[in-house]
Amino acid sequence: MSPINFVYLASVLFAIGAAAVLLRRNAIVAFMGVELMLNAANLTLVAFSRMHGVLEGQIMAFFVMVVAAAEVVVGLAIIIAVFRSRQTISLDEPTELKG
Amino acid sequence: MVSPFLFWFVAVITVIPSLALLFARKAVHVAMAVVLVMVGLAVAYVALEAPFLGVVQIVVYTGAVMMLFLFVLMLVGVDQRESLRETIAGQRWIALVLSIGVAALLISVVDRAGFGEPAVAKTGGPAEVAPYLFGNYVLVVETLGFLLITAAIGALVLTHVPRLFPRRTQREVQAARVAAGANPVNKTFPGVYATHNALDAPALDPEGNPIEESVSRVLKVRHQTTDGIEFKDENRSRRRELGAKEGDA
Amino acid sequence: MLSVSWLLIALPLVSFFGLMLAGRRADAWGHWAGVGVSGATALIGIIAFFEMVGRTASERSESVHLFTWFSGGELNLDAGLLLDPLSLTFVLLITVVGTLIHVYSVAYMEHDPRRRMFFAYLNLFIGAMLLLVTADSYLLLFVGWEGVGLASYLLIGFWNHKAEYATAANKAFVVNRVGDMGLILAMGLMFAHFGSLSFADVFSASAGASTAVLTAIGLALLLAAAGKSAQFPLQSWLGDAMAGPTPVSALIHAATMVTAGVYLIVRSGVIYDGAPDARLVVAIVGALTLVIGAIIGSAKDDIKKALAASTMSQIGYMMLAAGLGPIGYAFAIFHLVTHGFFKAGMFLGAGSVMHGMNDQVNMRRFGALRSAMVITWATFGFGWLAILGVPPFSGYWSKDKIIEAAFVGEGWQPWVFGLTALIGAGITAFYMSRLFFMTFHGKARWTDEQHPHESSLLMTVPMMILAAGSALLGAIMGVGNRFQNWLEPVTGAHGHEEPVLSVPVLTTLTLLLVAAGVALAYWMYLRKPVPIEPPPGSLAILAARDDLFQDSVNRAVFQVPGTHLTRTLVYADAAIVDGAVNKQATGVAWFGEASRRFQSGRVRSYALLMMLGFVVIAAILVVGG
Repeated sequence: MSPINFVYLASVLFAIGAAAVLLRRNAIVAFMGVELMLNAANLTLVAFSRMHGVLEGQIMAFFVMVVAAAEVVVGLAIIIAVFRSRQTISLDEPTELKG
Repeated sequence: MVSPFLFWFVAVITVIPSLALLFARKAVHVAMAVVLVMVGLAVAYVALEAPFLGVVQIVVYTGAVMMLFLFVLMLVGVDQRESLRETIAGQRWIALVLSIGVAALLISVVDRAGFGEPAVAKTGGPAEVAPYLFGNYVLVVETLGFLLITAAIGALVLTHVPRLFPRRTQREVQAARVAAGANPVNKTFPGVYATHNALDAPALDPEGNPIEESVSRVLKVRHQTTDGIEFKDENRSRRRELGAKEGDA
Repeated sequence: MLSVSWLLIALPLVSFFGLMLAGRRADAWGHWAGVGVSGATALIGIIAFFEMVGRTASERSESVHLFTWFSGGELNLDAGLLLDPLSLTFVLLITVVGTLIHVYSVAYMEHDPRRRMFFAYLNLFIGAMLLLVTADSYLLLFVGWEGVGLASYLLIGFWNHKAEYATAANKAFVVNRVGDMGLILAMGLMFAHFGSLSFADVFSASAGASTAVLTAIGLALLLAAAGKSAQFPLQSWLGDAMAGPTPVSALIHAATMVTAGVYLIVRSGVIYDGAPDARLVVAIVGALTLVIGAIIGSAKDDIKKALAASTMSQIGYMMLAAGLGPIGYAFAIFHLVTHGFFKAGMFLGAGSVMHGMNDQVNMRRFGALRSAMVITWATFGFGWLAILGVPPFSGYWSKDKIIEAAFVGEGWQPWVFGLTALIGAGITAFYMSRLFFMTFHGKARWTDEQHPHESSLLMTVPMMILAAGSALLGAIMGVGNRFQNWLEPVTGAHGHEEPVLSVPVLTTLTLLLVAAGVALAYWMYLRKPVPIEPPPGSLAILAARDDLFQDSVNRAVFQVPGTHLTRTLVYADAAIVDGAVNKQATGVAWFGEASRRFQSGRVRSYALLMMLGFVVIAAILVVGG
């Protein structure tokens, strides 16, 4: 099977991750949806790297992984900070930007 | 070329658990499902001739990132059951439509662009990846190091709790203790005035009676304590009369 | 002297500024400075006149270039003076009569604390009027035109602590403004069609212009002249202008400013040559005003208002003459000069009477002043005889010539104009005699505190000089057609045509009518006692007392609709213009409020919107190709 099929798979994973971000109220679960989206992008990169027979795609996917890790660190720190002040991690609670 | 069986295996093992992201009630279940997805993706990377990346995926994502998620879940509350009832009007349906739309768009784009046969594979093992990482892209690597340090410090800063009250000094603690009428000194450790100081052997008072509170409550509840009388130091008073200092043998 | 004739304008204007800025320390000598400056201009004028007389007829035109005024673009205009017989005639009239009135004012305004400013304004007037008559372009003339309008406003409202005097000044200014619109229109038309505003360019270009354009210009100029000279329909301000001190009435509203309109028409004769219809309208306006002024003058009890109505009527004669074409131009100016002398003399006489009668103006309270104020009676009498047209006084020479010229022509015109002028002469005789008899003869009808006395020398000497002019000037100018020949370079050669009624017949008829008018006045006001309260009269008399309803007509036709129009426009401005802008603002605010609902503050809604945006754009890119 051609590596292109992995790209289709990645599209589906991306859509599921997006749906999770939009539909789940728990902040951590939504964050995991974001991680899923990032992983889907990685899969696409690697699949195309295999398609073209070069390693650049894999290198880029590596960098994406590192950045995603840093992002998770900071994102979870934010969630903890918000939890400390509000005692809840529901995404529907903060409405300070209203109006 | 990847064998169809491998592809469908990877497909199932990634798509089905990721649906838990949408339907699972407890966040821990979601986290475990996502771990499974990550592992599946690692398999996919290896199938796509990127073994280095596959291992990194396991180590970084499954090993570090998902563990981070689980730790934070623990801090935040593992027991929360999220109700799946939607609060914002229309959100569910529009979100579903949009997600399906995104998938359709992406698939159609890729489909339209006709790709020929895949090129000759180049295995992405550590030896092959290293020249790239430390050759052409060494600057990026260094910057990423920078980034990671910044992220770590950022996390520290974000979760730092500023002290609201001055630290209670030892003096204040002691004064409060005495005022409350509690025992002003710490509990005795096991093995005081005894010949054996295992954790389950109680300390002995100067008369040779065991002190109850020197042994952990947990051991007592589990009935794992010993009676400390046999460890009484018989010669202690005699040695003292003879002028031996405390601390000598 | 002709080359430094700009001094004529500069000296009075400098004096105006100087007296104004000098402040109270100049109060002791300010008036004499004013008199001195006016006298200097008279001297310059006289010397310039003799210089010009010394030249041959074809050389009697001197252009003095002053400075480049506008340059570049489409309008190039130099400021300069044109000195020719017409302008020098006016210069002489203005400066000589003006200086005499300056001297008179020293005594008349003796007790007024603002006498210095009065002389400053008088000098301003002299300077502006001289600029008007010596300008060589319509635009420079307009500067002088506006200047005399300003001076008139300042002087009519000189005693503006009395509200009605200030209102009278406003009225004069506003009505003048309507006339000024005509002059601006005319200048605009000239600029649009001829590309220039100087007399030389306009007159040479008007030979080739279309009749329609020239008629339009002519009518616009007539509007301007009507405003300045108090002709129908802009005559309503002249009666109220008598609120100013009497020297003002004498100088501005008898001798000079009100004659500026006649100057304008005569100067623009070349334009009217190409627009006979406009010229006809000028004559009609003159004839109408002639009659209106006479009727109003017959019913007024205020001596100054009666004299004002008389001025209106006499200027009607001048307009009529100017509207007859080249035959009448010289006579219009002739009558203008003689009228300047005798009317100014009569106004100064009225001022002398008022001075002696404690500023009383009601003629029903005069009577038998002849013995108390002999010199005033004598000088006034000269003026009276002059305006009647009794030979050999000056009025006879000028007015009779106008009546003759009015009877020249074909068709209905000579009969209508001629008979109007003739009958007008009769009515003039009536009301001027009425005025004279009521004031100086009959029984004394004074109130208790009035002790009439003759005025001081400073007042009587100017009156005497003017009376001498009223007596002799006509003969000096008229004998041998001297004045006509003097003006010929400007007015063009006049053909000598015969009037439809022969000259001796006309002269006899005129004198008969004059005698009839005097007799009627004698019988009504000398034989019968003059009632102190105005007796009830017929509708005609009541109408005449009310200035033939001119104020009511103005109010109904112009003021009230105008107020309504402005109110409507103000409302439209607030509702529509402001409303449109405000509605835009509220619309923006409403739109903001409506858009605000997107900001729900919920993270997931924002995420949804982002996703929606992404999908839409991606779809467009994908489908659009």
